Amino acid sequence: MLNHPKNKFLHFHYLAFIVQFSRSLIIFAGLLLIWQSIILFWHLPDYILPSPSHVFSTLYHQRNLIAIQTLPTLIETLLGFTLGIVFGCLAALFLAFFRPLAHWLLPTLIISQAIPTFAIAPLFVIWLGYGMASKILTAVLMIFFPITIAFYDGLCHTYAGWLDLARTMQAKKWRIFWHIRIPAALPRLASGIRIAAVAAPLGAVIGEWVGASRGLGYLMLNANARMQIDMMFAALIVIIMLALILYFSIDKLLRLLIWWE
Amino acid sequence: MIPAIHIKNAFLAYGEKIIFSDLQLDLPAGQWIGLLGPSGVGKSSLLRMIAGLTTTQEISHSEIYASNHLPVNQQIAYMAQTDLLLPWLTVLENAVLKLKLGSHKQRQEEINRASALLEKVGLTNALHLYPQQLSGGMRQRVALVRTLMENKPVILMDEPFSALDAITRYKLQALAADLLRDKTVLFITHDPMEALRLAHVIYVMQGSPAVVKSVAMLSSGTPRELTEPQLVELQALLFRELAAASSVPLTRE
Repeated sequence: MLNHPKNKFLHFHYLAFIVQFSRSLIIFAGLLLIWQSIILFWHLPDYILPSPSHVFSTLYHQRNLIAIQTLPTLIETLLGFTLGIVFGCLAALFLAFFRPLAHWLLPTLIISQAIPTFAIAPLFVIWLGYGMASKILTAVLMIFFPITIAFYDGLCHTYAGWLDLARTMQAKKWRIFWHIRIPAALPRLASGIRIAAVAAPLGAVIGEWVGASRGLGYLMLNANARMQIDMMFAALIVIIMLALILYFSIDKLLRLLIWWE
Repeated sequence: MIPAIHIKNAFLAYGEKIIFSDLQLDLPAGQWIGLLGPSGVGKSSLLRMIAGLTTTQEISHSEIYASNHLPVNQQIAYMAQTDLLLPWLTVLENAVLKLKLGSHKQRQEEINRASALLEKVGLTNALHLYPQQLSGGMRQRVALVRTLMENKPVILMDEPFSALDAITRYKLQALAADLLRDKTVLFITHDPMEALRLAHVIYVMQGSPAVVKSVAMLSSGTPRELTEPQLVELQALLFRELAAASSVPLTRE
């Protein structure tokens, strides 16, 4: 059992995780230092760039408000992330299994991505209202394409040797698809999922900016209107934390599940 | 019943280039046929054609039939230069890959048989390891077991041992000769010694468009040791034939 490569990867990864986390902390501390230095060097007033201490103080004193507003954004992010992956995977599987259809459907997909998110997000609010649905849809739209393309690319570029072997073994198309092409494509899908992990919070927040009554994006907008730049930054830091935690958790999970590359 | 395979009037072209035309080749039943020739002459293309692996960019037609009148593509097993093991499956799971790729009854019996074969080739402790944890020689041994597990009478091997070091190659040649005895085996090799150790008939493929020429027939049991007297002579003959084959110009775009 100890010889199992999954375990070897796990042991290695706990150490790597701690190292990575420490590194991130050091980088974070460095950025704070640069932040403070910029303010001191250029004598920036508080309403242009509040100091780190001011922002963290606001973060602490307004923690209840921020916590309440974090929850909707968190739910939007996680649901958008999950649904985006599900739909992205289904689309890729469909395109890869029915190759002739890909010639028609792929351009449609590309067009869907060419539309700027900011332009389409207000439409979602009109169609789906101020609630979470429009934000979830915005997040899904942002991550759907990278997932589909990554997985589709993986499915179409299976190592020819394996396909040859399967053909000589007289395997049916769906068996080859299920047992060889899909597992072989998982590492590429994982790359797409990593991109999605950072893009999903962004999608949720953009969705909130164009029309919301709750959430961290809404909080930022509100604070901006009241010239509470420190609150804006506080909300921004929480959003960044959300994205980082999501990314590192997903990364760890992917390394556990797709361990052979 | 182990069939002979007859290839008649085989034609293969890739784009404008004709690789071979009107090629005839007979694979006698239960014998090992070694195919040598310069790089790029079309040995792999021929093997792949027999295996049914032509690509859409190739134009091919041929009459390939088995002496037992059963479809050829249902009677072959293929072994490539690389082991083609799936990295997300264990050694045992790779050996019984056919269970995943086809609907098979008696799964437990097949698994038991594969375990026994893996033990026979010296991989007892590797059953639940993954391919990345094995050496090249070990992986090719798993590939050999997988090929055996397919239970096919005709084996097509494309330089199966060329990626291994000399000692491992030597041992694997003996293993393959033992395990695939009495099957109809067509194997491509770049190594005349390997052909002499394992083949009953040796062909050299040459020219453009390519033709195959029988250069040696050996009836003694395999694997042969290179100290056998007739092999020393044949070695020289093979080298001469290969040199002649290599000097025939290959037009390549």
